[in-house]
Amino acid sequence: MFYREAGDFKTTYAADQQTFPILFDRRTYYIVLAIALGVMPFVVTDYITNAILLPFLIYAIAAIGLNILTGYCGQVSLGTGGFMAVGAYATYKLMTGFPDLNIAIIVVLSGFITAGVGVLFGLPSLRIKGFYLAVATLAAQFFLVWMFNKVSWFYNYSASGQINAPERTMLGQPVTGAETEPWVAYLFCLAFLIVLAVIARNLTRGRIGRSWMAIRDMDIAAEIIGVNPLWSKLSAFAVSSFFVGVSGSLFFAVYLGAVEVGEAFGIQKSFLVLFMIIIGGLGSIFGSLAGAAFMVLLPVVLKLVMVDSLGWPTDLAAHFNFIVVGALIVAFLIFEPHGLAQLWRIAKEKLRLWPFPH
Amino acid sequence: MNDMSPDGYTTPDGRQIGGVMMEVKNITLRFGGVVAIKDISFDIREGEIRAIIGPNGAGKSSMLNVINGFYHPQEGEVWFNGAKRKAMKPHAIAKQGIARTFQNIALFKGMSTLDNIMTGRFTKMNAGFWSQCLWKGKAEQEEIENREYVEKIIDFLEIQAIRKTPVGRLPYGLQKRVELGRALAAEPKLLLLDEPMAGMNVEEKEDMSRFILDVNDEFGTTIALIEHDMGVVMDISDRVVVMDYGRKIGDGTPDVVRADPAVIDAYLGVAHD
Repeated sequence: MFYREAGDFKTTYAADQQTFPILFDRRTYYIVLAIALGVMPFVVTDYITNAILLPFLIYAIAAIGLNILTGYCGQVSLGTGGFMAVGAYATYKLMTGFPDLNIAIIVVLSGFITAGVGVLFGLPSLRIKGFYLAVATLAAQFFLVWMFNKVSWFYNYSASGQINAPERTMLGQPVTGAETEPWVAYLFCLAFLIVLAVIARNLTRGRIGRSWMAIRDMDIAAEIIGVNPLWSKLSAFAVSSFFVGVSGSLFFAVYLGAVEVGEAFGIQKSFLVLFMIIIGGLGSIFGSLAGAAFMVLLPVVLKLVMVDSLGWPTDLAAHFNFIVVGALIVAFLIFEPHGLAQLWRIAKEKLRLWPFPH
Repeated sequence: MNDMSPDGYTTPDGRQIGGVMMEVKNITLRFGGVVAIKDISFDIREGEIRAIIGPNGAGKSSMLNVINGFYHPQEGEVWFNGAKRKAMKPHAIAKQGIARTFQNIALFKGMSTLDNIMTGRFTKMNAGFWSQCLWKGKAEQEEIENREYVEKIIDFLEIQAIRKTPVGRLPYGLQKRVELGRALAAEPKLLLLDEPMAGMNVEEKEDMSRFILDVNDEFGTTIALIEHDMGVVMDISDRVVVMDYGRKIGDGTPDVVRADPAVIDAYLGVAHD
């Protein structure tokens, strides 16, 4: 009753192949986009930006990246934190090495550097699958974090071993550093998320995305159709690592400003992003966004309810967060492996028939 | 029929069969100590429907796997389109124009019927990475052109209604049909079908036989198929290779093969007296 595609006829294949083939969805998308770009920058506060918006935008990019690799191409990775660290350290080295380079270009370059590292650590995927590949990526995670701790060239030989983002401006507004206005940081990250999400969507609905999914679903059949597994898997690693690298770059430069690698990009980060795509939905761009939003909002909401309203101690709320996330992961893996995105699809199918059951 | 001319022959029902397209010469394939295929030679002619039959474990599927490059035989040569083929990966062989279906359905379960068949067009598409990122220019144009071709196949196989259904949800018979569609999408010169009718009821077998004959007739595709239903094999194929224990025990038209004592022995057993 509320949601249906009846009367929404398509007369060209182009119309049928667009991202939102249903008019209602398309309108909703444009409205959300208009609010995010036209309204939000004027109303965001420091708290909302730092507690919700920036982590959401940045994790969403990482989640899309991991989803391309794990959800679309079927290659499990536990190295997300390590690859985010590569993005962050590449950004730091580029920022300090080339002070005149525009920060947006630096972020993109960091993405490309991470893509290169990702391809390198993706090479084992040509020989091993499943659990064994997960362990190989785990090795990448620990190796990269160790390397950024050990090799002092990466943090410019600073005594603390930390990296700090110097101030860089874009169109006259500081984007990194302490002087950054919340709305600038928000818009900067949002722009990256929008562009990258659109690219991810285009790639996954086209030829290269189908080759990834073919490898995921039945690698032998994919090869016999003409998909080169080497090229397909490594391209997934490259694209995925690019996204994760950009996310790590923004996480360091725009969000945190100062980073200690083991703390910011440890194994917990890998699991956090993996949980986002499991809860959000494997093999879905929308699911990546939903999962990132969920994992970012959950602790905030719990704190709001349990600490601010009920007056319970803070650590209780923090532990409760673990319990809820753990239970949800188990529940989603058992009942709905395709996550929130699939629940949303089912809800839409039901709404189409409502109030009738069939 | 072994005296047929190298340029081809005419079938009893009047179809013109061309020259040799694919020839395997003295193929021997071993897995460790097990000899799966021993010294097998036969040819497949252009426009032909060529059946490979034999009891279970005779090496029929291994033979198809050799032809499409999944197994590399220890001895012997594969000739395709008049040239000896080097050992190459299956995805390179796909580009040469050999497509296949599998005995156990090997569809991409998470994708829709349409996407499965579109994936079959993989070798026909070559838009650059950046064009695909932006969905502009060549990538967009290519998606539409290939969609048109895929829609022709969907019409041909009469699966319009399940275009957007994830193939995991489809019944067995339809999955087999989608798999045929995916192989056809590559516009193969040679189509290998591994038991296209296994597990089907009579109506589904009739449908599938009709599709195979129509593919051969309308697209001019050469077909090599493995099948256990003798009625179907004798009815639709032009020539039959019979295998048993990895050896070739018979080769010729259905009538010749049916009358061959070695074939009868293999299928019915030999009286030991």
